[in-house]
Amino acid sequence: MKRLLMGVCLATLLSTPVLAETPANTLVIAKAIDDMVTMDPAEIYELSNSEVAVNVYDRLMGLEIGDMKTLVPKAAESWSVSEDGKTFTFKLKPNLKFHSGNPLTADDVAFSLQRVILLNLTPAYLLQGLGWTPENVKEMAKAVDPATVQLTINEKYAPTYILNLMSTVTSSIVDKKEALAHEKNGDLGHDWLKTNSAGSGAYRMRSWKANDSVVLEANPDFRLGAPKLQRVIVRHVPEGATQRLLVEKGDIDIARNLTPDQIKGIAGNTDLVVETFPKATVYYLGLNQKNDKLKNPKVQEALRWLIDYQGMADSFLKGQMLVHQAFWPAGFYASLENNPYKLDTAKAKALLAEAGYPNGFDIQLDTGNTQPFTGIAQSIQSTFAEAGVKVTINSAEVKQALTKYRARQHEMIYMYWGPDYLDPNANADSFANNPDNSDSSASKPLAWRNAWDIPEIMAETKAALKESDAEKRKQQYLDLQTKLQTTGPFLNMFQESEQTVMRKNVKGFFSGPNSDLVFYYQTTK
Amino acid sequence: MANDVTTAARAAAPGQIFGAEFAYELIRFLGTLALTLLGLTFVTFVIGRVVPIDPVLAVVGDRAMPETYERVRQELGIDLPIYQQFWLYLTKIAEGDFGTSAMTSQPVLHDLFQYFPATLELATAATLIGVLLGIPLGVVAATHQGRLIDHVTRIVGLIGYSIPVFWTGLVGLLVFYAWLGWVAGPGRLDIGYDGLVEPVTGLITIDSLLSVDWDVFKNAIAHLLLPASLLGYLTLAYVSRMTRSFMLTELNQEYILTARAKGMPERRVIWRHALGNIIVPLITVVALSYASLLEGAVLTETVFAWPGLGQYITRSLFNADMNAVLGGTLLIGTIFVCLNVLCDMLYRLLDPRVRP
Amino acid sequence: MSAPDWLLTEAPASRRQASLGRWYRNWLVFRRNPLAMIGLAIVALLIVTAVLAPVLPLQSPTAQALSQRLAPPGAQHWLGTDELGRDILARIIFGARITLGIVLMVVAIVVPLGLLIGTISGYIGGALDVVLMRITDIFLAFPRLILALAFVAAIKPGLESAIIAIALTSWPPYARIARAETLTVRNADYVKVAKLQGASWLRIIWHYIVPLCSTSVVVRMTLDMAGIILTAAGLGFLGLGAQPPTPEWGAMISTGRDFLLDQWWVATIPGIAIFAVSLGFNLLGDGLRDVLDPKRT
Repeated sequence: MKRLLMGVCLATLLSTPVLAETPANTLVIAKAIDDMVTMDPAEIYELSNSEVAVNVYDRLMGLEIGDMKTLVPKAAESWSVSEDGKTFTFKLKPNLKFHSGNPLTADDVAFSLQRVILLNLTPAYLLQGLGWTPENVKEMAKAVDPATVQLTINEKYAPTYILNLMSTVTSSIVDKKEALAHEKNGDLGHDWLKTNSAGSGAYRMRSWKANDSVVLEANPDFRLGAPKLQRVIVRHVPEGATQRLLVEKGDIDIARNLTPDQIKGIAGNTDLVVETFPKATVYYLGLNQKNDKLKNPKVQEALRWLIDYQGMADSFLKGQMLVHQAFWPAGFYASLENNPYKLDTAKAKALLAEAGYPNGFDIQLDTGNTQPFTGIAQSIQSTFAEAGVKVTINSAEVKQALTKYRARQHEMIYMYWGPDYLDPNANADSFANNPDNSDSSASKPLAWRNAWDIPEIMAETKAALKESDAEKRKQQYLDLQTKLQTTGPFLNMFQESEQTVMRKNVKGFFSGPNSDLVFYYQTTK
Repeated sequence: MANDVTTAARAAAPGQIFGAEFAYELIRFLGTLALTLLGLTFVTFVIGRVVPIDPVLAVVGDRAMPETYERVRQELGIDLPIYQQFWLYLTKIAEGDFGTSAMTSQPVLHDLFQYFPATLELATAATLIGVLLGIPLGVVAATHQGRLIDHVTRIVGLIGYSIPVFWTGLVGLLVFYAWLGWVAGPGRLDIGYDGLVEPVTGLITIDSLLSVDWDVFKNAIAHLLLPASLLGYLTLAYVSRMTRSFMLTELNQEYILTARAKGMPERRVIWRHALGNIIVPLITVVALSYASLLEGAVLTETVFAWPGLGQYITRSLFNADMNAVLGGTLLIGTIFVCLNVLCDMLYRLLDPRVRP
Repeated sequence: MSAPDWLLTEAPASRRQASLGRWYRNWLVFRRNPLAMIGLAIVALLIVTAVLAPVLPLQSPTAQALSQRLAPPGAQHWLGTDELGRDILARIIFGARITLGIVLMVVAIVVPLGLLIGTISGYIGGALDVVLMRITDIFLAFPRLILALAFVAAIKPGLESAIIAIALTSWPPYARIARAETLTVRNADYVKVAKLQGASWLRIIWHYIVPLCSTSVVVRMTLDMAGIILTAAGLGFLGLGAQPPTPEWGAMISTGRDFLLDQWWVATIPGIAIFAVSLGFNLLGDGLRDVLDPKRT
C-alpha cells in the first residue's frame, strides 16, 4: 500500500500537467470575491457583485466605456422631464431582449424599480430618497405603454440626481416573467435571484459558488453586440502573492489585487502588462466630536499637519493611493483637486500648544486588520507620536470596526467611502449631512457617526442638491469641499487607484471609477 | 496543532467502568453525545451573541435605511432574550433546519455539504501519509531503541510538534510551486479543470476516478500533495512517537520473549505479534489525530486557499454569520465526539485487558 | 565532603538535603541528553534576550523609516527591514518578550485552574465529578482553534484576549491528568491517615495530592508551551493577536507573506524564530520527561 501511494505521488510529480495558458475563448480573472453575498439587484451593494451585475444586467442610464463623465441612455433611448421637475419619462430602445428570450419592456423596468422598494433590502435607501414607499411606488414608477416608463418623485431635485440613480446597480432591469416564474411566498423572485440571474446584459451568469468562482457566458443578443470572449471566469483568490504567481505562470489572465510591492516585483516580466485605473473611493480619518480633544478646531488643524501623505503615497501605497484631500474624488464633475496639507511637525506642535496640549495626548484609532489599513494606521501612529499624540491602534475586521463606528464608540477611525453613483451628492449626502445628531437618530451618515452637528453646512448640501444650474451647482460643491477640507472631523487623505496586471495578450479590459463600471465585453485575448 | 493531537489522545485514555451490555453502551453513547453537543451549541451560541459585530449590519450593510434595519432585526429575532433565541434555534435544528448563511445566501446544510468534502479529502490524504510512514518508522525506532534511527525518529517527531504550519505552507508554496514547479498552486484544481467532473462524493480525487478522468485526477493530486504532506507530517510525528512507545511496552511482554525463545523469526515477532497487539490503541491514536485534522486545518486552509470547513467557519465568524458558525462547529463537534466515544467502545470491546 | 558528594549521599541528613540530592541526580541524568541540553540552551537564550531586550544596543522595534523599507539583510540591518522600514532583528528580539509573556501568562492561568478542577473532581467524586468531567469533555470536543478564534473575536482582538482564549482551550488536559493522578492516590494509606487526623479536604488536596500531580503537570506544561506558542502565532497570523505595531512573530509572518516572493526575509525570519523556540521547549520537555516521568517515555 505504501509503495503504491509513493508510486502514485511520484508519477504525479513527474507528469503534473501544467496548463501553460487559459482556454482561448475564456477570460480568467483572479480577484477577492468573498464580499459577494447575493446576486439579486435589489439587494446587491457589495463591490464584487456590483461588478458582476453590471455585466449581467442593463440599466436605463449609465456611463459607457470611453467617457466616464457623461451619463448616457443605456436601455433607454431618450428621457425627458416635466416642467415642475417631478415627472421623468424614459423611452426604451426597440427590440431589446432578456437572456431568456423575453422582450425587455417598460413593464419590466417598472417592476424592477418597484421590487427594490417592496423588498426593502439594503440598497432600497437609494430609491427611498425619491419619496417612494411600498404604498405609492406602483404609482410613482409605472409603465405608460410597452416602450415608455414614467417616474414621479416627491420634490424637485437637480435632474442629474434622478438620472444618476437610474444608473446604479439597484436600478438594474430584471426580467419580470422569469423572476415571477420563480416566485416563492410573494418574494418577487428574491430567493431565486440571489443565486441566479435574469438580465439582458453582455453576459448571462452560469454559476456562482460563494467564495469560489463566478462563471459568465456571453449573450449574443447584447445591446452593443455579442461580447468578444465566450466565457468569463472570476476566480476567488484572496492573496495578492498568490494572484501574482498565477498570473506569472499564465494560470489566469488578469490579477486584480496585487499590492504596490508585488507590482514592483513583476516589473521585469515582459509577459505581463500593468494598467492603472483611477477609482472614486476616498480614504479618510474620522474624528469623533464626542471627544473634547478632537472637537477642538486647533487640534483638528494640528492633526491635518501630522500625516505623511506623500511619504505613504510614494512608498508602500505607491501607485494605488493618490493624495487627495477632499471628500469628492478627483477627476469628476465638481472635483476639488488642491492638496494644501503636508507633514509639518513644527506647525502641528505649535497648534497643539495653542490648543492647550503642548505634550500631546493619548488617543485610540480603529481600523481594518488588512493592508492598506494597518500600514496607514501605523504610519499615522508614528507621525502623530512626533508631536506627542500617542495613538493606540485597534485593528479588527472591517465589519467589526463599522459596528463600533455606527455606535459612535470610536475616537478616531480610518475608513473608506465609495460613492453609490458619480455625482457629488453621493458623498456630500454623507460627509456633509446630519439631520439629527441625537444618539437615537434613524439615519447614520458619516457626519452623524462622528457626532458633527452642522445645521448650516447641511443647508448648503440640500441647496446644492436642488440647484439645476450645473455651473452654480458645481461652485456650491467646491465651496462645500473647501469648508470640509479645513474644518470639521474629516481628514481626507487618499483616493484609490486600481493597478491591474494582465497577460500581454489581453486587450480591452476596462475598470471604471466604481465597481459597477467594470466592463468585460470588449476584452479580447 | 500537533498539540491538539496529544490532547485528544489523552482525552480518550480508557479507564472508565466497562458496561457489559451493548444496549447500555449505546444509550450511554447517545446520552454523552447529546449532552456534549448541547453544551457545545450553547457555548457557541453565547459567543455568537456577544461578538461585537452587529449581525443586522452584517446582513443589511452599512447604509441601509432604518426601516430596512428594523425589519431584518425583527427577522433575526435579536430582540428576544437569549434563552428564547437559543430555544428557537434548538427547535429548528430538531427539524433539520440549520438556517441560512448570510454570506452565501444558501442553507447552512447545503454549504456544509459543499465545504466539508474539501476538508475531508485533505485530512484523509494527510492521515494516509502520516500513518503509512509513521507506523513503520515508530516500529523500527522501537526495535532499534537508542540507536541512530531511534534518535532520528525522535527528532523528526519533535520537529513535527514545533513547526508553525502556516509558515511552512507559505515557504513550501514558494519553493515547490513558485521556484521548482513540482506541485500545483493554491486551491483544489487548476481553473481549466474546474467543473469537468460531476461531483458525486465531493472528493475530487474520488470523483475524477469515478468518471475515469485521469487529467483531473492528476491535477487534483498535484494540488493536494503539498498541503497533505505538510499536515501528514504532523500526523507522522505523532503516530511514530506513539507507535514507538506502544511497541516498547509490547516488546517487553513475556509472550514476546517466549516467541523468540521458541525460535520464531524476528520479523514475524515484531510485525505480526507485537504490532498486531497494539493495533487497537493505534487505531485510537490515528482516529483522534484524524479528528483533530478535520478541525485544525484552519490555518493550512487559509494559506492554500483550500475551500474547506475551517475557512468557512472562520470567515463566517468574522462576518457574524452565526448560523454558519454554529452549523460548522456542531458538525466538527459531532464527528469529534463520535470518534472519541467509538474509540472508547472499540477499546473495551476488542481489548480484554481493559476490562476490570 | 565536596558539594556533589553531599548531594549524592546515600544517607541524607535532612529533608532538604534529600530533596536537593534528588534534583541533582535528575540533573545528572538530564545533562547526559544532548538534545535536551540544546533545548535548555534555546529556552535560556529566549529568556535572556527577552529580559535584556531594552538594554541591548538595538534599533527601536517600532521606529519607521519609509525610505529604508524592505532592505535586505546587511551590515546596517542584520536581518533586513520590513514594509515600514523597521529593523527586523529588533522586532524579533522584542517579539521574544511577547512570546515569553504569552507562554507564562497562559501557564499561570491554566495550570492552577486545571489542577483545581482535576483534583477536586477526582478527590470528591460523585455527582460533582460527573458534572466537572462533562464540562471538561465539552471543552475538549470543541474545535480548539475555532473556539480560540471565536473567543478573541467575541472580546476584542488583542494580546490579552489571545491569552485568555488560549488558556480557555488548554486547561482540560490538565484537569484530566490531575484527576487521573488523584484517583490513584486518593485511597492511599497516607491520605486516609491524614483524613482520620481530621484534615479538611482542601488541605488534603493541597498538601497531599497536588504535590504528587506536579511532576506530570510540569512535563506536560513544558511540552505544551510549544503548542501555546504556535497557537498564539496562529492567532497573530489571522490578525487576532497582538495589535500593531507590537512585534508579534505570527503577525510579522502575516504581513510578510505579501512580500514572500521578492523579500523573503520579512516572513521567513519570524517563522524561523517561532520554530526554534517551539523546538527548544519541545526538546526541553522531552528531556524532562525522560528524567521525571520515565514510565511515559
